[in-house]
Amino acid sequence: MVSEPTATAGAVQRLWHAVMAGDEHRAAATVHDAMAQGLSEETLLLQVIAPVQEKVGVEWAADRISVAQEHAATAINERVVASLAHRPAAGRPAPDRGRVTVACVDGEWHALPARLVAQVLTLRGWRVDYLGAQTPTSHLIAHLHLTNPDAVLLSGSIPTHLPTAHAAISACQAIGVPVLAGGRAFGPRGRYATALGADRWAADARAAVAVLEAGVPRPSPSAIRHTVDDLPHLADQEYTLVVRSRTQFVKQTLADLDDRFPAMRAYSSAQRERTAEDIAHIVDFLATALYVDDPDLFTAFLTWTAGILTARGVPARSLAAGLDALADQLRDFPRALKMIEHGRAALTEHTTRPVPGPDIHA
Amino acid sequence: MLVSDRHGHLVRLNDAARLVLPDAVSGGRLSEQVPAWLADAHQRTIAAPAQGTSAELPHGAIGERYFEARITLSGGDVVWWLVDATDRRVAERALGDARRRSEVLSEASSTLLSTLNVPRCMEVAAALAAEHLAEAAVLIAPPQGRRCSLTYACQGDPVVQTSRQVDVTGVPGLREALQGFPPVPARWINPDDIPDWAIPDGFAGSVGSVIVAPLPGHGVPAGALILLRSSTEQAFTEGEEVFARLFAARAGAALSAARLYTEQATITATLMQDLLPPTLRTVHGVEYAGSYRTSKDHERVGGDFYDVHPGADPSEETLVVLGDVAGKGLDAAVLTGKIRNTLHALLPLAEDHQHILNLLNSALLTSHHTRFATLALASVQRRGGRTQLRLTSAGHLPPLIVRTDGTVEEAGTRGTLVGALPAVTARTVGTVLAPGETCLLYTDGVTEARGGPLGDELFGEDRLKRALAECVGMPGEAVVERVQMLAAQWLRDGRHDDMAVMAITAPKAGPLNTADGHASGGTTRRSGW
Repeated sequence: MVSEPTATAGAVQRLWHAVMAGDEHRAAATVHDAMAQGLSEETLLLQVIAPVQEKVGVEWAADRISVAQEHAATAINERVVASLAHRPAAGRPAPDRGRVTVACVDGEWHALPARLVAQVLTLRGWRVDYLGAQTPTSHLIAHLHLTNPDAVLLSGSIPTHLPTAHAAISACQAIGVPVLAGGRAFGPRGRYATALGADRWAADARAAVAVLEAGVPRPSPSAIRHTVDDLPHLADQEYTLVVRSRTQFVKQTLADLDDRFPAMRAYSSAQRERTAEDIAHIVDFLATALYVDDPDLFTAFLTWTAGILTARGVPARSLAAGLDALADQLRDFPRALKMIEHGRAALTEHTTRPVPGPDIHA
Repeated sequence: MLVSDRHGHLVRLNDAARLVLPDAVSGGRLSEQVPAWLADAHQRTIAAPAQGTSAELPHGAIGERYFEARITLSGGDVVWWLVDATDRRVAERALGDARRRSEVLSEASSTLLSTLNVPRCMEVAAALAAEHLAEAAVLIAPPQGRRCSLTYACQGDPVVQTSRQVDVTGVPGLREALQGFPPVPARWINPDDIPDWAIPDGFAGSVGSVIVAPLPGHGVPAGALILLRSSTEQAFTEGEEVFARLFAARAGAALSAARLYTEQATITATLMQDLLPPTLRTVHGVEYAGSYRTSKDHERVGGDFYDVHPGADPSEETLVVLGDVAGKGLDAAVLTGKIRNTLHALLPLAEDHQHILNLLNSALLTSHHTRFATLALASVQRRGGRTQLRLTSAGHLPPLIVRTDGTVEEAGTRGTLVGALPAVTARTVGTVLAPGETCLLYTDGVTEARGGPLGDELFGEDRLKRALAECVGMPGEAVVERVQMLAAQWLRDGRHDDMAVMAITAPKAGPLNTADGHASGGTTRRSGW
């Protein structure tokens, strides 16, 4: 009999190789075998599948695996989790804890973290309605009206969905359902969860279980909040104007880069499109940083992107040039300018930093 | 007006003061001549004269009336001017009560209206009633058969909800209230007549007074509310009874809205069941995956559809259909339902795609719908390691095939749309998928997605092909998800048409179906219908 840490580490190794080979059969067999040898389902979910998925993101960012491998691996992990969930429910507790809804923010495609939480909660005796990736807020609210759960667990991985998450949080609370936020999007120690008025934040699946077991009081629906009540800085309209002018900023920055980098004029249309997408990403993260009023959010994205570019042999110089071009167009936006300066300084300091960072890739 | 000296003696009082304080005598100690509140105020003024003019005037009752005292210092003496404030005080009290009640009603309204869930709405109504109107409240929903759903609330305790068989005639006026008759006045109800089931467990002591209030709904009664106070508390006044009725009106309106919503949502869900896209999985050793996004995020069905009709056994072909009805929303969805049913009936003829397309065409031409549709059909069969496909497009975008070497082929099938012309002409082509290869069927909502970093470009077929070239060897589910994700990210918040994507994938490994949790081989039953 091997010790649990050894067994866990072995299973992680085998699952990693199976998902890298795109071998769904072997991946499922690995996990089911490990279970037969005594690893609990929760251990498999949180200490085998979750770390493997984490590694998939890290390896993609470091350009050691392709997009296809990354997607195939994620799909296989999802199906392995599903195969555990659909096992005949021998020895599983009857749901007696209460009822919760687990959903991803609208636009959020990274469903695995939410799926793992949903599964762990089921194992701990909760009745879970799992709504999956990118749940439109209107669907979420309709579901809450019909099921009246004790809480909603809202998962987000990419920070640019924070404004949407904010709308979802307020909407749930307005109908008297408390929100427990989780996932990387909500920032270090959940600082954006607090800023957006979520009732609770949890660092991981087990923390979420603990929060729910302690009980989350229902918010008072009569205390109707508006966006600016939570985030008074939005009154300066910088976020709104940046979002509204996104396309214009991207076009202008592209044109400016053409002037600064004559080499760019020789780019193929696909290369130009990639550059445009990168700039659009920068604008999106800048807008989100304005929304939560945190320059660190923007800086973290920039240094992470610089790491991604460096891993792919692209000089991060273009990133700085893009920021300069953007700064020229944002003269009337003091808060945005400060964030760009902050990010620009961090980029200069940035020497190839190892990934991971925020998980923003497609 | 009365005057007193520094030592606390009453020096003199005028005629008006004498009327108020008929027993007061000049020269006596003030504390013996006037009510304590005034004597205290005097003491305080003497002790700290500077604070004698602080914001709030000394005030209190003298006899049955209510006075405020204003002060002036005259030499060594203190002059108190008594101002009769009785009427103002009564008015202020009434105003305060009215304000408090309207605050309660407004809080109750927004809390009650915030939810459209019936049990939650009853919970909120009972809790509010116990908090603001009485010590305990019981909300009785209209009986369902012989059972009643009961919600018990006691001040400070959690709300308890149960469903049980009760005799509603046991509570005076309750049966009438449940039928929507006017309420019986509280004073007519004998608290001793209240049966045990109508008293929450946490209610301490005996019942002192009771109100039974009907909850008026939208056209039908929404239930009734029993309010209880213990015998140690003051009985309900007439004003409180009126207030309870105002509250009941709001609770009734909120409850019937919630009930109506739930009913409608249930009906919609039932009717929509057959219109929703099916969940796909592996059939006869071939992987199927599909994904659907409606043009409006709040809708669940639209004008695109797909289905997989498994062959009776692995030696028979499986028919795959993906289509797009002109138009969006529910109207289009209803027609997709008809087309799907018709095609299901035509399954035995699936060997000849053009034949079933023509039969469907006649059916659509003779129906009252004026809409037309485009379709892509695929007949799939796995033989050994080879997955054979027959593909036909009827006015639809040709399927794309992702080969293991990274090339993306367009199937060479062309045809006319269905439901517009007297006959359909279509060319069926055959192809073979090697293990790991995928054939993608999709609707034009994907390629016509408008957006991108520059805001106004079409996603287009070229971009779709480039994206697919990166999907070599991926499971069908991952391919479908990637296409939907790229299209969604391209669009961002832009308007779009319905988007359906389906993948037919020859699996790399053996015919294992982990979604079922066991190797299924040929045993997987039909999906979709």
